[in-house]
Amino acid sequence: MYALRLWSTRHARGLESLYRVFERVLVALDPLWRGIGYERIERPVAAIEKAIKGLFFDCQMCGQCALSVTGMSCPMNCPKQLRNGPCGGVRGDGHCEVVPAMRCVWVDAWEGSRRMRAGKTAFCVVQTPVDRRLAGKSSWLRVARGITENRT
Amino acid sequence: MIFEDEPEPGKPFPLLPGHSSPGRLERVLRAGVFTVTAELAPPDSAHGEDVYARARIFDGFVDAINATDGSGANCHMSSTAVCALLTRIGYSPVMQISCRDRNRIAIQGDILGASAMGVCNILCLTGDGVEAGDHPQAKPVFDLDCMSLLEIARMLRDESRFQSGRKLTSQPQIFLGAAENPFAPPFDWRPIRLAKKVAAGAQFIQTQYCFDVPRLRAFMTAVEELGLLGKVFILVGVGPLPSAKTAAWLRNHVPGVHIPDEIVKRLAGAAKPKEEGRRICVELIQQIRDIKGVSGVHVMAYRQEEAVADVIATSGVLQGRVPWYPNRDKHLNDQKAAS
Repeated sequence: MYALRLWSTRHARGLESLYRVFERVLVALDPLWRGIGYERIERPVAAIEKAIKGLFFDCQMCGQCALSVTGMSCPMNCPKQLRNGPCGGVRGDGHCEVVPAMRCVWVDAWEGSRRMRAGKTAFCVVQTPVDRRLAGKSSWLRVARGITENRT
Repeated sequence: MIFEDEPEPGKPFPLLPGHSSPGRLERVLRAGVFTVTAELAPPDSAHGEDVYARARIFDGFVDAINATDGSGANCHMSSTAVCALLTRIGYSPVMQISCRDRNRIAIQGDILGASAMGVCNILCLTGDGVEAGDHPQAKPVFDLDCMSLLEIARMLRDESRFQSGRKLTSQPQIFLGAAENPFAPPFDWRPIRLAKKVAAGAQFIQTQYCFDVPRLRAFMTAVEELGLLGKVFILVGVGPLPSAKTAAWLRNHVPGVHIPDEIVKRLAGAAKPKEEGRRICVELIQQIRDIKGVSGVHVMAYRQEEAVADVIATSGVLQGRVPWYPNRDKHLNDQKAAS
């Protein structure tokens, strides 16, 4: 929902803290995910993730969530799906070149990132190209699995 | 400017230590002289001579020629082909690559192919949306963005491998560029975005049209504060406006082009707007030249390509230097003999 999406960038700092706690919970629950099987839990978790993130961020389920480094503004809503900042076509009023009725997702991202702690500096790091195979998959489970596997 | 190791036209320069490409543009920029590049609009034709005719207009005034890649999302001859034609007779083209029409498989292949054809400079762009062009029904690709395209191009060159990790048998020797628009919001972010592009691999930058020198100064100050001067060559985009009507159209219809009211008023009040437009362009170039950290200008004179020579000559930025073009030395000797 567009209004909620804008609300989320305005509350980027709170959401950043919330996510930090949530990520710890996800990682702590790794034995549970592992017990059930990451593959088996993938579809229900992806459905929940899609519902929640869809509501707050208009999440497009790219499967490699970048919200924490894009000021809580989903870059996949950019008509060019840019992952590294706005293009040169942003209009004078901060609206999108392709969809003039929409504010540039990167103008929102920039403002959101200024409100964040870690997200403020992470915003300036070059993001790798999207792995299209992950579309529709749960980013949460991928993060939880990645962190636990890196620890061991 | 004549280099001692000037190659036979169509052949590469010897690769100097610290250089990424065997090309003329990198040579000229690293020599520290004020550099001029211009934009060539690829023809809607399948005839090579049409490309040469468009290049000849710039003879003696530009160090490199940009071949646009479906600019404005309109269909034209491909930038790869235009560049391959130009390198055959010794020109140094800048091949523009847009992420709009091709995925990473096609783009990486094109970079290798272009390099094999003697292309030394690549400008990595995101590209306009398909909605802007003559085929709005087309599928926009945008598999990469300009930043990841830069990284992949650098990986091909420096690590000699594809994004997949598969090794190349020989890497492309290319000088990598990117675009930047200091005149579009969010303004505070633009210099940081430039830093990001430099981190991703950009060695030169060609900016969007500059009609607002104070805004450019503020941008360049921020760029200096970020410690980027000396790490990247910045060529500022300029172009002559033919009339107040065109200026108004450009700023309303071409996203990212910012033209202050004073410029539009000056054109509207001029008896000969076309000449006034060129005068404004000359004044802008002279002001831009004096800004710290600017390495040159990139002239975009769409449908006014013949104005480039006039504008550059009047501005005096070349200081008597004659950039290379086919048969330049013969022409200069003939002129000397005649006088």
